[in-house]
Amino acid sequence: MEPIEQQQPAEPIPEVDFAWRRVQLARHPNRPHSLDYISRLIKDFQELSGDRRFADDPAVVAGFGYFDGRPVVVIGQQKGRTTKQKLHRNFGMPKPEGYRKALRLMKLAEKFSRPVITLLDTPGAYPGVDAEERGQAEAIALNLREMARLEVPLIAVVIGEGGSGGALALGVGNKVLMMENAIYSVISPESCAAIIYRDAGLAARAAAALRLTARDLLELKLIDEIVAEPGGGAHEDHDRAAALLGEALRKALGELEGLSPRELVEQRYAKFRQMGNFFTTEPGD
Amino acid sequence: MPWFSRDKPRVAPEPGEKTVRTEGLWEKCPGCSQILWRKALEENLDVCPKCGYHFKIDAVKRLKLLLDGEWQEHDRDLRSTDPLSFHDAVPYRQRLAVMRQKTKLPDAVISATGSLGGRKINICVLELKFIGGSMGAVVGEKITRAIERSLAERTPLVIVSASGGARMQEGAVSLMQMAKISAALMRLDEARVPFISVLTDPTTGGVTASFAMLGDLNIAEPGALIGFAGPRVIEQTIRQKLPEGFQRAEFLLAHGFLDAVVRRHDLKSFLARALDFLCGPLA
Repeated sequence: MEPIEQQQPAEPIPEVDFAWRRVQLARHPNRPHSLDYISRLIKDFQELSGDRRFADDPAVVAGFGYFDGRPVVVIGQQKGRTTKQKLHRNFGMPKPEGYRKALRLMKLAEKFSRPVITLLDTPGAYPGVDAEERGQAEAIALNLREMARLEVPLIAVVIGEGGSGGALALGVGNKVLMMENAIYSVISPESCAAIIYRDAGLAARAAAALRLTARDLLELKLIDEIVAEPGGGAHEDHDRAAALLGEALRKALGELEGLSPRELVEQRYAKFRQMGNFFTTEPGD
Repeated sequence: MPWFSRDKPRVAPEPGEKTVRTEGLWEKCPGCSQILWRKALEENLDVCPKCGYHFKIDAVKRLKLLLDGEWQEHDRDLRSTDPLSFHDAVPYRQRLAVMRQKTKLPDAVISATGSLGGRKINICVLELKFIGGSMGAVVGEKITRAIERSLAERTPLVIVSASGGARMQEGAVSLMQMAKISAALMRLDEARVPFISVLTDPTTGGVTASFAMLGDLNIAEPGALIGFAGPRVIEQTIRQKLPEGFQRAEFLLAHGFLDAVVRRHDLKSFLARALDFLCGPLA
């Protein structure tokens, strides 16, 4: 039997094909998730739980450990692989308590001068009743503002799906890296297609229109660097993918090492301040 | 088969015949279904005199409502360069041009300096009619510049939100505006310059999840829809109808995310009193 294909435009368009392939790879069931990287890169990782306000959110994994012998705090969104895990991790969709736990640990890292590494991999912040009741928007907004003043190095890596504000809420880094086949977007291609083509089946076309691949984001100057993946994608070789990410993290941390707390805040601010300078001035209107 | 069908053509007015235009004179209140005389409604600040339903008002009306008189507008000349070359039913550039013509605004926000109760403030008002008040690079830049202006002059800032969130047509570029504005607000916060966020119907998505929730005070108009995910998205997720009043201003007040719900008639005096408290009374 032929596999059921996503509805594609009659003529295969190279950009559409390229973008949609990245979306599929970013969501690949065997793609390494946060814990796969953490287990390979962070020595003596100790997970820490809870936002000290309401609950612990299993969709966000956070804790401390040693990267390259250096003490670091690592915070990652975790999707889960088996059905049971996926349900436990809420498919990697954090609730407000997840974002508040992340912020709590960023502040902890700051207090004890430890760099922070965040791993972004979520379809988006959880759009549910309880999340709204507990202030999903406020939790994300506060993280955006507080990350901006964090006085320790913060490196954010989009390892899979960078789903809109739900991903950005961990993504205000001194360095923002993206794995080669990761995506980062303001809206999922399916939702975008439902809005503009009134057909969620045209997601492949929407994916290309949204320009959500690592290549696109680098071109738009919204990320700093693309981290190469092994051959056909990170899912084929977790060890190699982790090693490549490790190299990139080592380099990024090294570059930030000499900066003072004040300089780190300034560098991060300057970087985001110029993001999306896509406007012109039209005099005489 | 319909029981009755029209077999003769409709009667059209003869050329030169007098017609009376009634359209636009009356308005039905979505709150209580009362038929309201448009002029009486406008005199009541677009609030239903019967049930208190707050109609949506445009950005210019909002500025007239809140400011003492004339205002000075900033950054009117900024235009999106369409970073993605986005194309849906119509090209994004064309959509922008149509919107510009329709709303007489360059993009979805008016940034201005004016005086409120005799105090100089910087104010940004989002315009819902301009692609749903959505935030792209131009909106992001104008608000960031307003924040920087407030920072440099130590002038209080008021942002009135009415928006569906980030602008899809500018992709990740609009997403990053959330971080850019929030970072600028961090500086304003450190400098202890007051920022009051006013949330009006509707404020959702990336606007709520960035500057709209970061005010020293967050206040909203009665009945305003406020949330991160839109109600339709949530209904699709949980596959249930949402309860009445969910994500309305009063709901957020009860859950602790707003300082106050303020009627439109009291909004200006509320802001004046709050600014008196935050900045000290006017000399």
